[in-house]
Amino acid sequence: MLKDATAIVGIGQTPFAKQLPETEKALACRAILAALDDAGIAPSEVDAFASYTMEETDEVEVAKAIGAGDVTFFSKVGYGGGGSCATVGHLAAAVATGQASVGVAWRSRKRGSGPRPWKNTAVQLPTPGQWTRPYGLLRPADEIGMLARRYMHEYGATRDHLFNVALACRNRANQNPDAIMYERPLTREMYMTSRWISEPLCLFDNCLETDGALACVIVSAERARDCRRKPVYIHSAAQGLPAQHHGMVNYWNDDPLSGPAWTAARHLWKNADFGPQDVDVAQIYDAFTPLVPLSLEGYGFCGRGEGAAFTEGGALELGGRLPLNTGGGGLSEAYVHGFNLINEGVKQLRGTSTAQVPGAATCLVTAGEGVPTSAVLLRA
Amino acid sequence: MLNPVIDEDGAPFWEFTARGELRVQGCADCGELRFPPRPCCPHCQSFATEWRLMSGRGRIWSYVLPHPPLLPDYAEQAPYNAVLVELADAPRIRLAGNVVAAPDARLDSVDPARLRIGAAVRIAFTEIDGLAVPRWLLERG
Repeated sequence: MLKDATAIVGIGQTPFAKQLPETEKALACRAILAALDDAGIAPSEVDAFASYTMEETDEVEVAKAIGAGDVTFFSKVGYGGGGSCATVGHLAAAVATGQASVGVAWRSRKRGSGPRPWKNTAVQLPTPGQWTRPYGLLRPADEIGMLARRYMHEYGATRDHLFNVALACRNRANQNPDAIMYERPLTREMYMTSRWISEPLCLFDNCLETDGALACVIVSAERARDCRRKPVYIHSAAQGLPAQHHGMVNYWNDDPLSGPAWTAARHLWKNADFGPQDVDVAQIYDAFTPLVPLSLEGYGFCGRGEGAAFTEGGALELGGRLPLNTGGGGLSEAYVHGFNLINEGVKQLRGTSTAQVPGAATCLVTAGEGVPTSAVLLRA
Repeated sequence: MLNPVIDEDGAPFWEFTARGELRVQGCADCGELRFPPRPCCPHCQSFATEWRLMSGRGRIWSYVLPHPPLLPDYAEQAPYNAVLVELADAPRIRLAGNVVAAPDARLDSVDPARLRIGAAVRIAFTEIDGLAVPRWLLERG
């Protein structure tokens, strides 16, 4: 069984900025070495790696740069931000089954200073993009905006609900000195008068564009007890690719608004000792604000169509029903394909977050909804 | 502008649009329609396919109004509309497209205030680089 058999014992990160001078590879090495130092584990002991696709630095480059030992497990998870929690899940499975003993998951990106992926017209037109992009659905914001407008139409969700998500993330970023939006508060007026990106989504419904890297270290629960920091146990992990799912343009099945979160959630909770009502704090993937109400529904915090209403009354703020994205998330801390959500979950369960939920013992971390996704449940 | 990429699975779609027909791939054994086109039927696993003629009528399921930053040819027409049309004959198949004032009109040729979820539309075709590309006209033109 995977349950609590492994733990995250080290986390590391670089600064976050619109533009950092170092390469993607150098940033990856810095984050990984910081995570290993945090764990008190020598780089030569690393024998497993997991990361995502889309970026250039691979495990060969990383392993030889940091001085890793013989590596016996390595994996890459596809679908952009949908892969974040799966990197942890894959390493947890590898360590729990004896395929490796010290795993490093990482993400390094130059999305602040580098090119926007949607501008690469050579790679964006295979199925299903060939059926959508020629009509001007060019960017993820356009593809998710389409689902967002339908969601608003079906369930009476409003821009104020999306603002609740943006505001909760920004408020937590305002407490986090490492967050890009640390010193920049958000008001309702700023939100309502900001420019459109793809109506119904405005500027503040979109995540940041960030240079930066993060990493975490995974070992067995037994070894974790001897590490430098308090272990954060990987209680449950799941990926989700629903039947007849089409990726971010999930437009051709019975129910485009119930996405991969539902699939991942069923498996995640099935293997857990607790349920959504027992989650103390959540880190929910927020490349776009509407992904949060959709995820709240998918992971069972509320019923179908209730995700927008769930955000009312400060529910996502500290002291609310479900404090969310307590480092500021992709919307206001940094957009590093959701890896900052994983590390923030670890900080909460160590008790070291800049927006600490008192006594937090359980945390849900999710990857991108709307693409083949993944999630982990962490416990102190 | 980005032209549709024609692959083996989708090639018949474009052969039919060139004749002014909207056809959707279906299973020649169990009859189930599917989109985007693919080699075999997810319901009965048959590789026998047929292309079923659609009426070309549908309703707007949702839409967005993209604003820059966009690729240059699209930025020049922004804000424009991009819609999903739920086909009257096959409601689970929602074709992406654009609502325009006339088949060859610009992507921003319809006032966005006239767009509504549920609005009835019908297909038209415009020729782009030798391909007959679907466009959508409001039924209450």
